Parts: sequence; structure tokens; C-alpha cells
Amino acid sequence: MSLLAEMNQKALSLGLPLSVHLDITYRCNERCVHCYLDHDDHGEMTTAEITDVLTQLADAGVFFLSLSGGEVLMRRDFFEILERARQLLFNVKVKTNGVMIREKEAARLRQLGVEQVQISVYSHRPEVHDAITKLPGSLKRTIRAIRFLKSQGLKVTIANVLMAGNFSDQPGVIALSRELGVAYTLDPTITPKMDGDTSILNLRIPGAELRQVFHNADLVGNVEEFCAPPPAPGEDVMEGFPCSAGHTACYISPYGDVFPCVQFPLPSGNLRQQKFLDIWRHSPQLREVRSIRARDLPTCSTCAHVGTCTRCPGLAYMEGNMRGPSTTDCEKSFQRTGMPSANMLRQTGAGSAGPLIQIQCLS
Amino acid sequence: MAEKYIARSSAIAARQLGDEMMVMSTADSTFFTLNEVASTIWQAADGCTPLSEIVAGKICQQFDVDWARAQDDAERFVDELSRHGILLLSDQPLTESPVPVSR
Repeated sequence: MSLLAEMNQKALSLGLPLSVHLDITYRCNERCVHCYLDHDDHGEMTTAEITDVLTQLADAGVFFLSLSGGEVLMRRDFFEILERARQLLFNVKVKTNGVMIREKEAARLRQLGVEQVQISVYSHRPEVHDAITKLPGSLKRTIRAIRFLKSQGLKVTIANVLMAGNFSDQPGVIALSRELGVAYTLDPTITPKMDGDTSILNLRIPGAELRQVFHNADLVGNVEEFCAPPPAPGEDVMEGFPCSAGHTACYISPYGDVFPCVQFPLPSGNLRQQKFLDIWRHSPQLREVRSIRARDLPTCSTCAHVGTCTRCPGLAYMEGNMRGPSTTDCEKSFQRTGMPSANMLRQTGAGSAGPLIQIQCLS
Repeated sequence: MAEKYIARSSAIAARQLGDEMMVMSTADSTFFTLNEVASTIWQAADGCTPLSEIVAGKICQQFDVDWARAQDDAERFVDELSRHGILLLSDQPLTESPVPVSR
């Protein structure tokens, strides 16, 4: 077990929040077609409120802090917030589109000891990237920012959200990240909008293309191992938690709302009304999330994939039941291994392999 | 033997986790965990208190250990952390203000 995994295990046993994702604004200078946020400002926390929240998080034991948005640099006090976060010795990761980063900002990020900067890139071609961000010239400015950050010696990761409209450009983005000397990560997950609007789910890549991703050795390493049929789950799997959401991690919105995760919109308290530790320790919602073991999942506990599935309880919650399946992850498990999930079998009714062939053909 | 002075680098992230302290270099992402004794030295690294005084005043008193052995262990510990840029090490008091004490 790595040292970090040991620390995570220790945080879990002590009930400590090791990681927090803090969105300091939902405002953004891009209007990405797949974005789930409402970009209007409905009363963001002030600088003083965020400073107080950061102090509370440090006192609670938070080590990893992701500052994100919206676009973090839309806040004029971003560097003030970052400086305070670093004074409190957080390990800080900044998520940005980079459009507003020039030499001066890159130097300041370096000076303040940011651990990593993650930048969204959708394509190596301006006409594709800019069509997704709806900001003309955005790819050029983002690449320029990456070069500034690299010249400062900062660790940069390109995050490539995959959609039907940019799937074929994924090798180009990998080549771009190699040329720039930065890490690359991809995410094929598109989530519904915060208001429940699911129309953007149509942007998701189809199953057959998802299968290509999972069988690409450049992306997953050992394909045979990655796509192997799941082993029979042991007792430890059935007693296990799905992920760190609410256990050692949580999400805070620009309005002070606390959720188990950025992808798990279960309101669990508000920092304008309660102290962070009160919410973390006593929120009935977080306690409920923490109480759920794999054995408590009516459908998933019967699924062959239960031990290896990336089931997201937040996506399941958005589908109507945090104990239910996340069909996005059912699809991933299926495309990865070729084996249908219990939920897919249940939906086809018969439980035979026949209808599943139709699922693949339809895509 | 020359006196040693130690100060915490500002290029780190750190947090107490139970009886250990997690420390990560923001320069190279090296991750350390410090036990209770090492954490005590870390907390006392204010740049102006000699290491021998930290060992005598904090380590020997709090952990009931022999000074010579504790001093030897402490010197090896600060040498290693200074090699990773986690601690600043000097034979003169360090004038640079150390980072705030981690929580």
C-alpha cells in the first residue's frame, strides 16, 4: 500500500476529511456545451467568508484542496484566497481553463507553491475546442497559458472531457500534451445540469466508442488486465464503500453549500449557517451516505461487477436513488468487459444475452 | 561541532493526521509522514532555536530519551528533510520567516 493510500485509510478510520473540492465561483468566461453549472452569481461567499472556511478546513484536517469553478480567475480575489490557502499549508490543485493566465499569473501560482494546475482542453484543433467552449480564440490562449505554467516549472495536467463531438480528436490532444510536456487525463463522464436538465447527456460518447477507449493500451495500460471479467466479490467487497465521497472527501459550492462530492448534489449543510465540522460530523445526509455499504445496494449487490465497477453514488442519486445503479457506470463496466451489469439484465427483463446485443448495435 | 538551525520551507504542504504529520514538497511532490518525535522537531523549526536546544528542551523532556542518541537521530532527520527542500538548514539563525505552524 502506498503512503498516500495509508494516509487515506487512516483518515477514514479517524473520520477526517482529507480532501475538499471548493468551487469559489460558478462564473466563467467560457460557455462549454457540456457544462452543468448555472454561471450567474447568486451570492458567492465573500473573501472573508472563504478565508474563514479555509481556516475551518485546516482545523478539520483537510490536506488536499482543489480550487475550482466556474473559472477561478473570474474572482478578483483569487490570489488572495490562494495565498491564504497556502499559508494554511494545504496541498493545492487549481482547476482552470487557463484563458486568463499569462506570465504574471503563472509566476504567482509558482511562487505560492501550487502543487498542480489542471486545464481543460477538448481538442488540438481550434475549430473544435472553441466550438465547445463557445469562446473564439480560447484554445490558443489556453495553450499559451500551459506554456507559461510549464516555463515556471509547474506541474500541469490536461483534462480532456470526451464527447461525441470531440472523440475523434482525443489522439490529437494526447499528442498535444506530449508536445507541451504535460500529463494527460481523460473523462468520458457527462453529468446532468444542476437544475436536473438532462439534455446535455446527449453529448455523451456512444457505447462503441467508450469500448474503444477502454481497449486502448495508450490510455489504460494493460488492456487484458483492465478489461478482465470481474472476480467473484469477497466479503470485503460487500462491506466496502463505493468511493471517498462523504467519507474522506466533500465538495463546497461558492454559496457555502456542502455536498458529499461535486458529482453528488445531496445538500448536507451550509457554511453560512453552520461550522464545517458540525456539518462534517453531524449532517444526517453525510451520515446516511457513510452508512451505505455495497451489500446495501439492492441491484448492484447482486451484480458481477460489484467489486470492480466505478459506480458513482452521486450519479445514482441524480438518477433518483443513491442506493441504486448508476447507468453510466453500468455502461462503462459493460463496455470494458463485455459483461452486462445486473441493472442492464434487469432492464431487459429476460436476463438473456440476446437483448444486450441490441444495446451494442443501437450505439 | 557547529550548531544547526532549522526552519520549515514555504514550498510544502503539511497537516497533522492523528499522531503523524503529512508533509509534501510542492516542488517535487515527495510525500513524507512524520512520527510524533519528528513532528515535534518540525513544529519547533522556527529558524532561530538551535537544534540541540529543540532536542534538549522538547524531545528529551517529552519522550524521555537520552540526549546524545536523540541529537544523533535528529541530525539525520533534518539532513534528510533538508535534502528534499522540506526543511531549511543552516549553521546560522535563519532570518527568513518560517511558514505558519501547521494544524
